[in-house]
Amino acid sequence: MRRLAIFGGIYSNHLALAAALADATCRADAVYCLGDLGAFGPSPDRVFPLLHDSDVATIQGNYDNSLALGLADCQCGYTDPRDNFFARLSYDYTFRRTSPANKVWLGALPASLHLEIEGLRVALFHGSPRKMNEFLWESTCSDAFLEYLLDFARADVLCVTHTGIKWHRALPSGRHVVNVGVLGRPENDGQTNVWYALLTLANRSLSVEFVPVAYDHHALAAEMRAERLPAEFIETILTGWWTTCLEILPHKERARGRF
Amino acid sequence: MIPWWMWGPEGSGQPLEILAAEKKRMNHPRVQLLHLDNLWFQVTGTFCNLACTHCFNGSGPNVSTFGFLAPADVERELGQAVRLGVREIFFTGGEPFLHPALLEMLEASLRVAPTTVLTNATILPEPTAARLAEIERASRYSLEIRVSLDSPEEAANDAVRGLGVFTRVLASIERLCRHGLLPLVSVVRDWPLGGEPEILARFTRLLSERAGYHRPRLKFLPVLPLGRELVRIGADHDEPFVTEEMLRGLEPDLLMCSNSRAVTDRGVWVCPLLVEMPDARLGDRLANAAPTYALGHRVCFTCYEYGTFCSNVSTAIEGAAPHAQRAPRPEP
Repeated sequence: MRRLAIFGGIYSNHLALAAALADATCRADAVYCLGDLGAFGPSPDRVFPLLHDSDVATIQGNYDNSLALGLADCQCGYTDPRDNFFARLSYDYTFRRTSPANKVWLGALPASLHLEIEGLRVALFHGSPRKMNEFLWESTCSDAFLEYLLDFARADVLCVTHTGIKWHRALPSGRHVVNVGVLGRPENDGQTNVWYALLTLANRSLSVEFVPVAYDHHALAAEMRAERLPAEFIETILTGWWTTCLEILPHKERARGRF
Repeated sequence: MIPWWMWGPEGSGQPLEILAAEKKRMNHPRVQLLHLDNLWFQVTGTFCNLACTHCFNGSGPNVSTFGFLAPADVERELGQAVRLGVREIFFTGGEPFLHPALLEMLEASLRVAPTTVLTNATILPEPTAARLAEIERASRYSLEIRVSLDSPEEAANDAVRGLGVFTRVLASIERLCRHGLLPLVSVVRDWPLGGEPEILARFTRLLSERAGYHRPRLKFLPVLPLGRELVRIGADHDEPFVTEEMLRGLEPDLLMCSNSRAVTDRGVWVCPLLVEMPDARLGDRLANAAPTYALGHRVCFTCYEYGTFCSNVSTAIEGAAPHAQRAPRPEP
């Protein structure tokens, strides 16, 4: 039997990352991060030593890719001008405050990892196997499409992040897709905790547990205020409701939120 | 007889069949279906209770270029689409709610995939809104209801969509919201560049005040140089063709022809925009539809420019705008 702790979307939330690592390193044999280390939160350089100290195997997300390549934006490409305003603000801040050495490290991250554990092929990607910034929402992925993605990735278990909301689907073929959620901000459910996924693999079978992570979100909010980050971002941290970048949410996920 | 909307651009003096022959000579780049992400059903053909002045496929009350799809045909093609790993299903027309079996077809579709219906929302009475909400709740997949509204001003909207439409659409949106649905309001962009913030604010105010829709979801669509719109914009229309050079380095999945197909009662077309173009018919059924298509129409440039904008979220959100090189960040 082997246990993997997997998370993504740290978004500079070093306090949630520290809390998640304290829990995950006790419970899992290995810890993986599916990318997007920066954005949204304060002082992006603070997450890097935490990942290094805990030997977290990390893959690249679209935000990491943009920062490493010095691109003009985060490759989120919102069409709503309000979403674009906040995405721009967040990216400019993160770009300015990420050290050159950390940008080089981000640039060297692999786009995926492929593991063979307990007879199961496990593939880790940021967005989807075919595109780093493709959104895999629970309510807009048919079983048929997920089976196709598993074939595409040559995997029995596919793990992704990028959307910010966790889910797990056991498919008719016996294979699994897990969106591990994010550590960076709550998942638009009115709760302030964030989530990581704990996968237990044994004898060609998989079980998935989503683990809530409570952390000092008031302290994070204070840091964000000190860094003059937008009040809208701080509100999300304090209330658990998303206030920006809502355009990308499909109907079901949007209807569950407040805004 | 060739319908008027199938004639080529004003001044060309040629029907599209002749232009299609020219297209063959022009050696346009071919795009392959990479994966069937989106399957479109033109479920009521070109039958619509409205006759909007910008309609890209010339739909209207007596327009029978395409007819209704039989539910059995929809079921068969849904099955084939699932075998191909389809991601999402779309129902369009004409006006889909004219089809007497639409709700049953939406239910069947939602059993296998996320589903969207595009509507002018003029025939959505209370029982239909209530039933749509039930169908949505019963599925694990999202049901998206895309409602067309072209201006936050009644006179401007009704000049395009017909007298009284504005009021009826707002009433329908109010009904949908009351039942817990959050329709995607789609707007054809006819304002100058940079006008989005003001338009967005006006729509937000309108939908909140007149339809009780306090967190509106809006989708902006480009003007399409096709159908009645092509006649309306006439000689001013000068979109280029997509060339091999434009496609070099482009992520091909940004083009609808690489990820979508449209089923009509007269066969399978490369995309829902080109259903009036004879050369864009790829076969009788999905199972035997040709896998590639040559981008020989000027509207292909619109798709190239905006990404797969017919989806609920433009694929440009998930990738580089195809015409924009990924610019390095300017030095401070």
